[in-house]
Amino acid sequence: MSEQALSNQSGVSSKEEMENALGSHDVATDQFLTFIMANEEYGVDILSVQEIRGWEAATTIPNSPDFVKGVMNLRGTIVPIIDLRLRFGLEHVEYGPMTVVIVLKVNTPTGDKIIGIVVDAVSDVYSLTNEEMRLPPDMGDQVNTAFIKGLADVQGKMVILLNIDELLDLQEIPDAEVLRNIVRD
Amino acid sequence: MSIDLSQFHQVFFEESFEGLDSMEGGLLDLNPDDFDVETINTIFRAAHSIKGGAGTFGFQVVADFTHVVETLLDEIRAGSRALEAPHVDVLLRSVDCLRDIMQALQDGDEPDMSTADTLKAEFVAILSGASECTPESAVSPDSNLDESDGASDETPSGHWEIYFKPDADVLRTGNEPVRMFRELESLGRLTTEVVVCDVPAFSSLEPETCYFAWNLTLEGGSREEVDEVFEWVIDESELSIRWVHGGLTESAKNTTQSPPATTTDNNQQPVESGSTSVDDSAPTKEMLSEPEADLPEPEQELESKPVEAVVSSAASVAGDKKTESPKKPQKSSSPESTSIRVGIDKIDSLINMVGELVITQSMLGQLGSDFDMGKLVRLQEGLAQLEQNTRELQESVMRIRMLPISFTFSRFPRLVRDLSKAMDKKIDLVLLGENTELDKTVMEKIGDPMVHLIRNSLDHGIEKPADRLAAGKPETGTITLNAFHQGGNIVIQIIDDGKGLDRDRILMKAIENGLVSKDDNLTDEQIYELIFHAGFSTAETISDISGRGVGMDVVRRNIQELNGSVEVQSMPGEGSTFTIRLPLTLAILDGQLVRVGEEVFILPLVSIVESLQVDLGMINNVGGNNEVLRLRNEYVPIVKLHELLDVEPENYELEKGLLVVVEGDNSKVGLFVDDLLAQQQVVIKSLEQNYQKVDGISGATILGDGKVALIVDISGVLRIASKVKGKPVSADHQAA
Amino acid sequence: MPKILAVDDSASMRQMVTFTLKGAGFEVEEAADGQQALNIAKTSGFDLVLSDVNMPVMDGIQLVKELRALAEYKFTPILMLTTESASDKKVEGKQAGATGWIVKPFNPDQLLNTIKKVLG
Repeated sequence: MSEQALSNQSGVSSKEEMENALGSHDVATDQFLTFIMANEEYGVDILSVQEIRGWEAATTIPNSPDFVKGVMNLRGTIVPIIDLRLRFGLEHVEYGPMTVVIVLKVNTPTGDKIIGIVVDAVSDVYSLTNEEMRLPPDMGDQVNTAFIKGLADVQGKMVILLNIDELLDLQEIPDAEVLRNIVRD
Repeated sequence: MSIDLSQFHQVFFEESFEGLDSMEGGLLDLNPDDFDVETINTIFRAAHSIKGGAGTFGFQVVADFTHVVETLLDEIRAGSRALEAPHVDVLLRSVDCLRDIMQALQDGDEPDMSTADTLKAEFVAILSGASECTPESAVSPDSNLDESDGASDETPSGHWEIYFKPDADVLRTGNEPVRMFRELESLGRLTTEVVVCDVPAFSSLEPETCYFAWNLTLEGGSREEVDEVFEWVIDESELSIRWVHGGLTESAKNTTQSPPATTTDNNQQPVESGSTSVDDSAPTKEMLSEPEADLPEPEQELESKPVEAVVSSAASVAGDKKTESPKKPQKSSSPESTSIRVGIDKIDSLINMVGELVITQSMLGQLGSDFDMGKLVRLQEGLAQLEQNTRELQESVMRIRMLPISFTFSRFPRLVRDLSKAMDKKIDLVLLGENTELDKTVMEKIGDPMVHLIRNSLDHGIEKPADRLAAGKPETGTITLNAFHQGGNIVIQIIDDGKGLDRDRILMKAIENGLVSKDDNLTDEQIYELIFHAGFSTAETISDISGRGVGMDVVRRNIQELNGSVEVQSMPGEGSTFTIRLPLTLAILDGQLVRVGEEVFILPLVSIVESLQVDLGMINNVGGNNEVLRLRNEYVPIVKLHELLDVEPENYELEKGLLVVVEGDNSKVGLFVDDLLAQQQVVIKSLEQNYQKVDGISGATILGDGKVALIVDISGVLRIASKVKGKPVSADHQAA
Repeated sequence: MPKILAVDDSASMRQMVTFTLKGAGFEVEEAADGQQALNIAKTSGFDLVLSDVNMPVMDGIQLVKELRALAEYKFTPILMLTTESASDKKVEGKQAGATGWIVKPFNPDQLLNTIKKVLG
């Protein structure tokens, strides 16, 4: 179901294209769904993606942080929706036709949770080997980088691979400036 | 075929726990001097079932222990042993012990058998005491089947000679001689000769009576195997079985009486004249003449197998089980998977509802396939019917989760018995309204608060017998548990006829703890209410009973978490009544939809006292921003829902909106909203499942248009409102 | 396929018996006590009845008596499920007209073997 949703809603490259791009066939790979926010490309493990939907108004939750846009009805389940721009402290943009909600299954200490994230647009699906990923640079103690799984260079573009389990469970909000520095380094 | 028995473990545990509960209930009812045999029977049956199941499902330790318990019960039941008070005690302790063992097994742990072993010793002591029953039969499985032990020196070279004359009524017990012969055939070559001398004249022949006897020779099979074939008829038949050495060259008629190994059950009759050959014989012929066709798979290896001292089939089964048992329990299913046992009537009504729903649906479908405005009335009727079907279906589904409160009540007789014993008090426990039903989830969560309240009544309420007599009351105190439905709620009362709450002591203590000041002018009701505040305890010494760190505040909080309330009434010298009010179910709520700005919220209908349009004359302003509504004789603080819930309202002015007065925890507050919308039942969905707990919100639901609406938690709102008392409400919340 | 009525007040035993017998291709109906069993037996025919002895409402012994009094069950095999300690029940069951017994605890294979033997 999620795969269908993916191919419908985003211009996913064909399998061959992906493999060509990666130039590798027989090494164990992880697949990542990437999305765009403020011109940066981020990736999440495709196995955690439940579905992708267009944005529709959510019911706001009282006294919640501003990045929690509210809750939505996902076939009878109440799902909180998090604006990842606001979560990263990026400037809020008006939601448009490209704005999508990626519904993720997040592993938290209190069990699996279904959470939606609002992103600017869905980008692509990449298969990455372990060699193609590198650890994020050490930013010192004051910066929590636990929510970053690693960085990958795909066709000359830098993709930030997110560890959603940490990201959506983290109390401190990572700063967009920090992210930018990570990418530039 | 091998079947994984662990799939039945969960059911076995559930019914065993139920069985233990009913044993406990029965034992508590049991008065040694005067008891009902049916009570003993019920207790016995429960123990018996546990033992049988435990043996079958591989929990040998349980089966072994239950065996001694059952034996004592059996003797009492049979009247061969008089019931004494110590018996009840040891049986009750066994119930506890079994519960622990089973719990461990269910959790996949190794059970601690030390208590069981101690208890077993006590049982053996009791059982070996004076009674017509011998201790040996009490602790070991009976051995009525092992009389054939003398047959162990038989050698394979030889054959069995069997004379079998079944009881004339054998067919009426469903025992077909043909079947037995077929079984014998599976052991080795069988020849049969039917003896018809007893067949009467045709005119007096009864078709249902068996007049035949048989002479059989069988080459193969052990004594036990042969015995087993006749096991079910041996007592009613003339049967002789003997072993003849050597091959079966001779006819079976002349038997050398060599190695004895002969059991003669009744007076053995030699075969007499009148015997005919098998060819003439009637009903069994065809089956016997074609053994291969009928028995495609005879049990191999039997004919040559030396006969061993296998005791009996029953005993060997027990032996096999014993070796299996240690590893079996670990496979038991996880305790998390809870299930519910539902009466068939509830399922049937559900099926009926669904049937009606299907009819309505097909009717509407037909209507829709070629609809024109002329059919509008029928459409409306159909929709009304659909609404009714849906509601009925919903009620039926909810009923499935409803269980009688006796499930909870049943644990209290034991509690009261043990506690009153420990405290030297005499107490009667009266249970009323045990069949009142409530949701399983609510039931599971109300048990602990009730235990605490009952302990409290026992400890602080009921006086010692001497004090009661001195006060002119009967020596035995009474605690009554009462349950009934009221509106959409279940009400549970814990009533004692003790000394009542001590108003002055509570007040003193509350002043000491700074809960109230000396100058507060409090009503009795308000003072009694103080016992539910955190850190409040008036017990002079921390007793074993109620000084366990759990205060009445915890009781109240637990009940509030279930959307319920608890209050107390008390009369000095006459006793106290604690009243718990709970919603019948946690899954569905009668809701009032209210609008605040563009958001829709749901208020539980049960909490709403009234709704009114504000006349500014009714509003008083206390200390700046704190507005209060003057409602008849009361002053009700006003909470602006848009401030509390942080939403943009349509109106900021009180007179432009509406006030919904809600009540909870004995206090009222007026909630300011923009508009009242519909009232409807809503299905409660958890916010915590994927998000987290939100102050002032108890859950969410999905409205008809698919949108999510939040349900306001009235107790939570009251808590928040009282927290910000004295401070400008709005400022506080905008800061947060 | 032969049809069997399984009577036991213990749900786990019933489940086990039904599962085992159905797995071997028998048709099975269940009853939780003698009275229920009798009612079911009256409305539908069975080739064999398998009954616990100790049950509420109507015990297995009484069930056998009642069944034997019905013309359709005069010769039907009725097996009692008894525990090894209850030998007196075997006698009582036989007197009431039971065909035989299966001793508890038993495992599915033992159950099947016995039933196959009886039904041939």
